[in-house]
Amino acid sequence: MSQDTLFDKVWDLHKVSKLPGGSDQIFIGLHLIHEVTSPQAFGALKDKKLKVKFPDRTVATVDHIVPTDNQSRPFKDNLAEQMIETLEKNCLEHKIRFFNIGSGNQGIVHVVAPELGLTQPGMTIACGDSHTSTHGAFGSIAFGIGTSQVRDVLATQTIAMNKLKVRQIWCENILSKGVYAKDLVLHIINELGVKAGVGFAYEFGGPAIEELSMEERMTICNMSIEGGARCGYINPDEKTFSYIKNKLCAPKNKHWDKALTWWKSLKSDENSIYDDVIKLDASKVEPTVTWGITPGQSVGINQQIPLLEDFSPNDKLVAEEAFEYMSFKPGQSIKDIPVEVCFIGSCTNGRISDLRIAAKVLKDKKVSKNVKAFVVPGSEKVANEAKREGLDQIFKDSGFQWREPGCSMCLAMNSDKLIGNQVSASSSNRNFKGRQGSPSGRTLLMSPAMVAAAAINGKVSDVREFIK
Amino acid sequence: MKSQFVPPIGKITQIKGQCITLIGNDIDTDRIIPARFLKCVNFDSLGESVFKDDRETLKGKHPFDLEENKNATILIVNSNFGCGSSREHAPQALMRWGIKAIIGESFADIFYSNCIAIGIPCLTLPKKSILEIQKNKDNKFLFLEIDLKNSLAKSKNLILKLEIKESSRKMFLLGEWDATATLLENESLIENKCKDLPYLEFNNYFS
Repeated sequence: MSQDTLFDKVWDLHKVSKLPGGSDQIFIGLHLIHEVTSPQAFGALKDKKLKVKFPDRTVATVDHIVPTDNQSRPFKDNLAEQMIETLEKNCLEHKIRFFNIGSGNQGIVHVVAPELGLTQPGMTIACGDSHTSTHGAFGSIAFGIGTSQVRDVLATQTIAMNKLKVRQIWCENILSKGVYAKDLVLHIINELGVKAGVGFAYEFGGPAIEELSMEERMTICNMSIEGGARCGYINPDEKTFSYIKNKLCAPKNKHWDKALTWWKSLKSDENSIYDDVIKLDASKVEPTVTWGITPGQSVGINQQIPLLEDFSPNDKLVAEEAFEYMSFKPGQSIKDIPVEVCFIGSCTNGRISDLRIAAKVLKDKKVSKNVKAFVVPGSEKVANEAKREGLDQIFKDSGFQWREPGCSMCLAMNSDKLIGNQVSASSSNRNFKGRQGSPSGRTLLMSPAMVAAAAINGKVSDVREFIK
Repeated sequence: MKSQFVPPIGKITQIKGQCITLIGNDIDTDRIIPARFLKCVNFDSLGESVFKDDRETLKGKHPFDLEENKNATILIVNSNFGCGSSREHAPQALMRWGIKAIIGESFADIFYSNCIAIGIPCLTLPKKSILEIQKNKDNKFLFLEIDLKNSLAKSKNLILKLEIKESSRKMFLLGEWDATATLLENESLIENKCKDLPYLEFNNYFS
């Protein structure tokens, strides 16, 4: 059993009681909600005649269902309109702070909370969304919950949960040029598999992780769940503190000093004990692209899609299913596979640094005429900053459509969808069957830089050829 | 037409019923309930949309469409079932279709806790046993009686030793899987915890 890791410390700090069944009752420091997984939770509160216990510890925004072309109200989609209205009503009734469209702070919940300074080290953070693991980048313990647990957090600010084991993933050396956090995390998931993380929190560490910016660290922690780990985190350091400083909701003045002193004490001890330790060499990671139907099915850009006999008996079944669905051949090169749609955005890679990198690749270039390309900023703040820097113009000049913030085609709950068996190059997090809105649509996950390169060439390409 | 949905309530000690088998590893919650069906403010109508895209692809041959399975209540799956999105809509859709318990090689974490929270026991068996059950598909009507007290599943000629997290098993036996009331009992402890936490005082976000 793990001891003295950051995870142990934060867990113990937030433990309220041991429940009769044996689970721990854990206090949730910050609760984030959005329109998709909260309405039934508010409904259940009403049924049980309960109130929201700490309304100021829950923050709401709207992201999954928002259209990205025209956000004027009412939305064209009646169901989407009903969902945002329900959230508005619930927030008003229960006095919950809501960052609505046009507030300047709306966006994907996992982009918004960090950029507002809500996400801080040492907290427990929960949200009815599996990518809540993102916030672990700040040294918080953050995890996705279902709607019944959203109800429990609203009613009690606590949930019943069993403590997770802790696996340290130690990344030696640093990433080479043209290789990004997305490539590293895809590589990690490929090495460990999509179910290795079940029952674990992942602690990412080592020189390669320390070298990453906060936004890159968020990309890593965001995809912990794709490796099966409900929670992923990184020990906080100076980068963490300076990212938070002066943000809207960051502690100010004497509170900042107090916070900083406490945050600096928060990290895994040198001699802490892990349930498991994995080491890998980050300098060996190549730009990485998925070819299958799970985020674990990926290869380096210069590699071939594996042969069936390369898979362990356990992975063979899903590999066969992937070949059938994707219509790719075992042994085929990933490079040069034609793409029809290019999507830059999502809670994984829809932040300002992602847009900067993609814009750098696209500057003075044109999107291939066979490709529909669009960029969806992760938040209103990201969009405004991008416009200030002129990135929106670079995207538009290249042939990318510039959209309004939201989750968009990561999960296609709005009208941004693949059609038929289109192939998309996507900076999002899931390549599941049907994930991007068409039951036969095909998703290739990659970094935003690689999506930009694919858009220019109309096929999967090595972005390093663009940034020599 | 299925009989009207009645949600589980209170102690869950035993589940009897016909099994339905679904083959495949890493079946994610997007497949269990595609995102377009998440556009709803309650869970009521999700049952008919469970596995919608997979079912349409198989044109009536999906296990959830076969006449012989229409009264099944125990779902048999392989490994990492329910991975991906945290949407509780997935177990809600399964439950509203008629599933009352799931037996598999392994489950994804969030899916598992969602199932527990709505009263669907998820139990595990070794891969070998699952494959054996799945192989005997022609034995169309496998009826099992799950006994949570003893973590066993029995049929006419079969006794299986099931695994389930002890905390989950206790919650079902005690009738405390719907956790809100249990959590609320510790109200004073929650208030005390608030005073203990070093960060609440410097995080009066909106005052």
